[in-house]
Amino acid sequence: MIIEMKNIRKQFGDLEVLKDISFGVDSGEVVSIIGPSGSGKSTLLRCATFLETIDGGEILYMGQHAAHTDASGKAVYVHHRELQKFRSYCGLVFQQFNLFPHYSVLKNLIDAPVEVQHRSKEEAEETAMELLRKMGIADKADAYPYQLSGGQQQRVAIARALAMKPEILFFDEPTSALDPELTGEVLKVIRQLAEEKMTMVVVTHEMPFAKAVSNRVIFMAGGVIVEQGTPEAVFDNPKEERTKQFLRVFER
Amino acid sequence: MLGTMAAGMLRTCGIFALTLLGSLPLGMVIALLRKSRFTVVRGIIRGYISIMRGTPLMLQLLVWYFGPFYLFGWSIRGWRFPALIIGFVLNYAAYFAEIYRGGIESMPVGQYEAAEVLGYSKTQTFMRIILPQVIKRIMPSVTNEVITLVKDTSLAFTLAYQEVFSLAKQISASQTSFMPFVIAGVFYFIANYVVAYAMELIEKKLDYYK
Repeated sequence: MIIEMKNIRKQFGDLEVLKDISFGVDSGEVVSIIGPSGSGKSTLLRCATFLETIDGGEILYMGQHAAHTDASGKAVYVHHRELQKFRSYCGLVFQQFNLFPHYSVLKNLIDAPVEVQHRSKEEAEETAMELLRKMGIADKADAYPYQLSGGQQQRVAIARALAMKPEILFFDEPTSALDPELTGEVLKVIRQLAEEKMTMVVVTHEMPFAKAVSNRVIFMAGGVIVEQGTPEAVFDNPKEERTKQFLRVFER
Repeated sequence: MLGTMAAGMLRTCGIFALTLLGSLPLGMVIALLRKSRFTVVRGIIRGYISIMRGTPLMLQLLVWYFGPFYLFGWSIRGWRFPALIIGFVLNYAAYFAEIYRGGIESMPVGQYEAAEVLGYSKTQTFMRIILPQVIKRIMPSVTNEVITLVKDTSLAFTLAYQEVFSLAKQISASQTSFMPFVIAGVFYFIANYVVAYAMELIEKKLDYYK
């Protein structure tokens, strides 16, 4: 397994956002996480990518512990130097893109590989251009983010994450900030990555997309995994009442 | 008369340059200390900023100059210029620190998060991602402050430092002439014109992104 999260607990003040959640992702798998807002989907991704610290549970990447729970029940992370290694295993695509506006598209893609991973500039540029070609925006290499449409910016953000050569890529509602006519180009790119067997976890509200592209669908509500299974099982034959209720909203 | 005043202008430029040289970087140090995780440090910095902003610069200059004598009985011979620069630098650093802090706090949290996920260290994040964007955001406020400084250098007259304003006053009194004031006024105006122009050039240079 690429990532394994066991018995994850996370609280914000008195609010329990994640209640004993366990899930894992195998190499080449595409997992969609669906659910109502406030169900903890984004928090789960943020815990997996170390933007949030868990209160309890275990996080493993490639079978190695990044965090575990000690005898007193508190989550303990590895030393922050070692955590950098775990960070390099995962990439995250944000809802709001979060590109660096003062860097050109190409610089957005090569800065971290060069400065953080100490790869050569030539190699990083080569990788970056290849990714931009794949995203259909090779002609935008010298443009600045503000000159691009939302869909193009999000494709740059995906390329930036891939430029780090992660083992797994997380998407936090990648199309929610886009105009409807621009979501297609981003979803197309993710679908293409799925065909290339990139390991991915996508938090999304695009149900037809989730159904078409994922190997497994997880339905979350109220900080727990209510139901999971193949897209057919979850979308066409949901077992839980909560799932049926949620999916009904999308059928209208 | 012109020769004397030209020497005064040079001294004014000296105060201006040394103050910027000291206060621009010091302001950044103070802005970062202002966000320190130690409560004591934050408290000290807050107190310092509020004193610097809450009392007249003219008074501060007098304290820096005469303080050593009144407090410790030290001789203050040769202390005039150092006291002047210390006073200006510490005062302007407080203002710059607040401008920097405003700029840093206006940065969207998404920039920090994107950098964190990409594995940038805290220092790399600040130096490569945050600071360049902060500089662009604070340019208009910095310009304002720098223009104020050009005019504030005239406060050096309180310590009888022979910069252009002190000299203008002296010469005007001794020669019963209005001319020195006109010359001083033109000098300040031109100096600020140059400053405004230079700052505009820098802003234009940073205009390549939004």
